[in-house]
Amino acid sequence: MTAMHVVVWVVEGTWQGCVDAAMRNFPADSQFTLLYVTPSDVTEAADAAALSLFGRGFPARKPDRRYEDIADDEASGLLAAAAHRLGRPDAEQLSRRGRVEQEVVRAVAGSVDVLVVARDGDRSRLGPKSLGHATRFIVDHAPCAVMLVWPDETPGIDSIPPPKHGPKPPHPPVRRW
Amino acid sequence: MPSALAETLAVLLLLATLGCAIVRPRGLPEAVVAVPAAALLLVLGVLPLSQAGTELRSLAPTVGFLAAVLVLASLCDRYGLFEAAGSWMAAGSRGRPVSLLAFVFAAASVVTAVLSLDATVVLLTPVVFATVARLHLRAKPHVYACTHLANSASLLFPVSNLTNLLAFGASGLSFARFGATMALPWLAAIGVEWLVLRRFFASDLVGHGEAKAVKPLPVPVFAATVVGLTLIGFFVTSAFNVSPAYAALGGALVLAAPAVAQKRMSTLELARAIDVPFLAFVLALGLVVEAISVHGLGSVVTHLVPGGAGLGSLLLIALVAAVLANAINNLPAALLLLPAVSGAGAGPVLAVLIGVNTGPNLTYVGSLATLLWRRVLIRRGEELPIGEFLRLGAITVPPVLLATTVALWISLRLVG
Repeated sequence: MTAMHVVVWVVEGTWQGCVDAAMRNFPADSQFTLLYVTPSDVTEAADAAALSLFGRGFPARKPDRRYEDIADDEASGLLAAAAHRLGRPDAEQLSRRGRVEQEVVRAVAGSVDVLVVARDGDRSRLGPKSLGHATRFIVDHAPCAVMLVWPDETPGIDSIPPPKHGPKPPHPPVRRW
Repeated sequence: MPSALAETLAVLLLLATLGCAIVRPRGLPEAVVAVPAAALLLVLGVLPLSQAGTELRSLAPTVGFLAAVLVLASLCDRYGLFEAAGSWMAAGSRGRPVSLLAFVFAAASVVTAVLSLDATVVLLTPVVFATVARLHLRAKPHVYACTHLANSASLLFPVSNLTNLLAFGASGLSFARFGATMALPWLAAIGVEWLVLRRFFASDLVGHGEAKAVKPLPVPVFAATVVGLTLIGFFVTSAFNVSPAYAALGGALVLAAPAVAQKRMSTLELARAIDVPFLAFVLALGLVVEAISVHGLGSVVTHLVPGGAGLGSLLLIALVAAVLANAINNLPAALLLLPAVSGAGAGPVLAVLIGVNTGPNLTYVGSLATLLWRRVLIRRGEELPIGEFLRLGAITVPPVLLATTVALWISLRLVG
């Protein structure tokens, strides 16, 4: 396999699985980019809640707890941890802010071959809606190949639901004409 | 001055007062417009002096109570109570996101109930945000839980919300009676929020946080004890017909003295924590709304809200209050509605509180006007991604409103 440009989307909770999949599946001389997007709506919501207090801003508050600063620390910390796990401390680290799903799609708009994404849906209910909102959007809109990985262990074959009424063929015949 | 003209002037001044509070031109305190507006109404005779005196006398203890609670919460922060709570949440959850969310729910509900929603929004939420970041978990469910519970978990005690303090004076209930009646609605609100948020954010409550990254900090025993004693003090003072504001004042003083001596907080910071401009704003807003009430709108409101304590009436009152709180913000909504229902007993008064306290989650910044202004501000830069928050508000507020009002109705039969 030839060297590729691989972007790994790093998100809290599932990033380890993506980094491991990137290491396992692509040649060592590939170009790896680690991408983190800070969701702007979270800091917005927290700021707006304070705004609705009619300016009771607790003026005595220390200024060292601005939400955006905390979020920036989180972004750089997570990207560094991902680079370490990847064994490539020099891997490109990309940190963005905004609507997560849109920023991820924009980030892979250039000469990217593969985007590695973890399934972040509700794993307890596998089905049409088991992909999280952001992942669903990215799978639909990314202008490159998307590698969808399980964040931890894969489901067993027994996760296929049993037939509801007696034995039935696994798939209904497809009509063609 | 003809009544219609007086009423129009008072309404215009209310809009100007609220507008300034939302826009805050050049970061000026909201009192800058509110106080002159109230003064103008007095000078023009729109609000008779005697009426203004009565209104101020009834608001003053409430505002004093608020000041003491604001200072108490600020001092708790300086003693490291919130930092410690954050570290214990992280350690207790062992990095599991759903378990962390449960701790955040507990902390936000208790902090809101005991130290007011301001403490949750301004002091607890940043700690929760930082804790989640250090665990490397997704912040969204936990931060949204804080902002939601600051409103919906502010039903329990008179101190939990400024609107409750206003109603407390009007309801004639004791502190203990208030708490006993609102305990069931409070639990109902938290329960519904849990069910909805747990489900809504299922895809973000994934993975495993790095619990080793956060060491549990020692609990600031002194501050925690004083807060606990202050809470007991609220019940005791009220039982002896003394204003619970004195218990809050006592607690604030007991924490403040060593804090200033140990240079945890300077006297200047302490003075700033009292937030005099805000207190002046509340008093002035009270006068402006009173001017509107005496010129006829009060009787319109009285006709609009039913007086009975049956389930249907309570639901209708809560609904009207929620709609009004979203239209003009919860504080003026409470000031406008409470006098209209205070003659009808504790039930309708507490139903108003349910509406004005839990309703604001619908537009996520407490009022439509604030929301629109936010949009204007944001348009310069990135788009304000409020869709998800509005959706969350739309699916939580109706069931919370229904469940808490039914709980209140049951509670009134058991306790009242």
